[in-house]
Amino acid sequence: MTPADGRFAVTPLLSRYAENMVWLARYMERIENLARLIDVNETFVRLRTVVNGWRCIIDINTDAENYLARHAEIEGAEVASFYILERDNPNSILSMALAARENARALRPLIPMEMWTQLNVFTNFIRSLTSSDISANQISLLCARIKEACQTHAGITEGTLYRDQAWLFHQIGKHLERGDQVTRLIDIKYQALLPNPEAIGTEIDLSQWTAVLRSAAGYHAFRRLVPNDISPAAVIGFLLKSRGFPRSLATSLRQAHHAAHLLRSDYRLRGAGRVLERIENLQAVLNGITTDEIIITGLHEFLDGIQGELAAAHNVLAEVFWPAA
Amino acid sequence: MAKDSSPSPASLFEGYQTGGFYCELTNRGGQADPAIDLVLQRLSRMTTRDLRERAHAAEIELYNLGITFTVYTERTAIDRILPFDLIPRVIAHAEWQRLERGIRQRVAALNLFLWDIYHDQKALADGVIPRDLVLGNPNFRQEMIGFDPPCGTYVHIAGTDVVRDETGNFLVLEDNVRTPSGVSYVIENRRMMRRVMPDLIDDLDLAPVEEYGMALRRILGEVAPEGINDPEIVLLSPGTYNSAYFEHVFLAREMGATLVEGRDLVVSDDRVFMRTIAGLKPVHTIYRRIDDAFLDPEAFRPDSMLGVPGLFRAYRAGNVTLANAVGTGVADDKAVYAYVPRLIRYYLGEDPVLDTIETHICAEPEALAYTLDNIENLVVKPVGESGGYGMIIGPHATPAEREAFREKLRNDPSNYISQPVLKLSTTPILCGDTISPRHVDLRPFTLTGESSWTLPGALSRVAIRAGSLVVNSSQGGGSKDTWVMAS
Repeated sequence: MTPADGRFAVTPLLSRYAENMVWLARYMERIENLARLIDVNETFVRLRTVVNGWRCIIDINTDAENYLARHAEIEGAEVASFYILERDNPNSILSMALAARENARALRPLIPMEMWTQLNVFTNFIRSLTSSDISANQISLLCARIKEACQTHAGITEGTLYRDQAWLFHQIGKHLERGDQVTRLIDIKYQALLPNPEAIGTEIDLSQWTAVLRSAAGYHAFRRLVPNDISPAAVIGFLLKSRGFPRSLATSLRQAHHAAHLLRSDYRLRGAGRVLERIENLQAVLNGITTDEIIITGLHEFLDGIQGELAAAHNVLAEVFWPAA
Repeated sequence: MAKDSSPSPASLFEGYQTGGFYCELTNRGGQADPAIDLVLQRLSRMTTRDLRERAHAAEIELYNLGITFTVYTERTAIDRILPFDLIPRVIAHAEWQRLERGIRQRVAALNLFLWDIYHDQKALADGVIPRDLVLGNPNFRQEMIGFDPPCGTYVHIAGTDVVRDETGNFLVLEDNVRTPSGVSYVIENRRMMRRVMPDLIDDLDLAPVEEYGMALRRILGEVAPEGINDPEIVLLSPGTYNSAYFEHVFLAREMGATLVEGRDLVVSDDRVFMRTIAGLKPVHTIYRRIDDAFLDPEAFRPDSMLGVPGLFRAYRAGNVTLANAVGTGVADDKAVYAYVPRLIRYYLGEDPVLDTIETHICAEPEALAYTLDNIENLVVKPVGESGGYGMIIGPHATPAEREAFREKLRNDPSNYISQPVLKLSTTPILCGDTISPRHVDLRPFTLTGESSWTLPGALSRVAIRAGSLVVNSSQGGGSKDTWVMAS
């Protein structure tokens, strides 16, 4: 078989490139989700439906210490600055965009020019932002623009990246991150109402669940599937367990599993089996418990547990494919 | 709406003065060439505003594509594009043929010279070149003695610097035979010109430059260790923080080879492997863009973080080929340069095709005295440096600078050579609202495996400041597309 027949040899993939691919995908997915979180938090504050204002986003990212080291009070413009502009915050969109770009820079020999150019332009855009760009009235618009840039990255990657091992690592990184982020999105809602359990089931509660669904781009699908209910259990079930919703935890796990499976079957990388095992364990946990049970036994603790398991899956991926020298 | 003032627009070059220098486009000392005349005619009909708009579009594109140099500070990375000028530098077909012949002759002589000094040292015994100059040279690598590189080739990639004097004669300025850079700009500049100046290129019989990557891959395959049929070729880069990283990426892509860093390679049992997701994979030819000193902390500088421990052992064992070979730096030393015409006659029995610049080797007492007395008329350069570092251009220096340099010379004469200040040719560039002349050089690239091939194109580097003779990009120089006419 020759190239003329469409058969091409598999070219080796450096371990370093696999690692960069996973991180590139993770950072872009994380940026998109952070933009979604900022957006939904801003909505909560604007609706005055929130008990602890901008504090929730800081809490769900466990950034309180880091934030308070630099800012005296928790206030909209400062939190937005912390999460969008500040280079000293490794979790800011600026820091993550630069990190994504550094990974992409290392991958330039491998990725299509169009992927690199878009990232380069995006990073330069983020770098050009100043505090006047994040004033209260513009945050939502800015978040939309950031989200769109991340989606453009995903689209260009889907449309131009050659389908071999590198693509599969990008997929795994993206879906591990997306799974992690949906748990944080649910958690922000939990944190928003934390000191006020009586509010559960009230109008405020419902409008917040609506905002969460909207920020995950899942509101209309949810309405279509569950036209006459917006109970917390239904929304949480949708975000965690729906097989059709692209940002649900179940979908992310299935996609990551599929990519790892292809590494083993098509590229004969037996070590991928260890990654598959971790993902299957997670799927078993998710399938073995009902949403009501999750809520009763503690939503926050459950989400924490999932985040820990996703991190463990990433670590196994690293041990297998880019072991320390 | 305001238009350019005159009804029949003035020529783009109205008021353009080359001040007695040879100009590559407008003042060729009567050496007419139909292609160059045509380019000049077409350019003359353009306005500076039009050119400026096109230049702006090109700059944005270069920036977005990340065809940039990266300047790192503590907190951030600043990307700068290599200044790019839209007026092409054109070389007539016959001129190019002679240049190509001359450059290949030099590369052939240098390869024979390197073989000789690392084997029988006949040229030293025959007194063609002083023994001390070669054996005492810091870039002479004792470790290479008796080693036979595949095809006898040491210099796989050469980037010979050539300049023109006021009569239009080409002179070799430097043989860059370590890790010459700049070829990516040759190819990217052409792509850019095809996009922003298509009307200037129309119907011209330009020699193509796009095949460089395939040619490079071919010669790197030719020099792979014996018995390897389908060699794994990699490009070894110092990494993303290197200012030439864009070029490393470019060449790896054009060759379809993996770009590796030192940490991606490992030597085991005198064989080189790269770390992949499927384990260790053997590597056979390494196009290395790391200096000799940093290649292998076991063999050379022990503090090198960029290299691969054991790489030199694997190389000496013949299990991997390095391109260029280790120890080529002695051949592009600026004092050895003075002897290259003799080396050409000695090894090839031919007269040199290209002239060289009269060179005073300050290690010799007479030359030192001459240099000290005439420094205001000379360029003085350190012998082992490249990139325009550590040199003085006598007529452009202040008396205090000249005195300070005299002191350096007296303290370490053998580190320096001096040459007369050349009246380098100029080329027009767009500079704000006007077209003005800048000095320019030429760096063609020659690849050698079993045989030699010269890319029919070159990097033309222009000085950014008026009157400046320094064209190095590390010193702020820019570049322009070089059009070699195929007929």
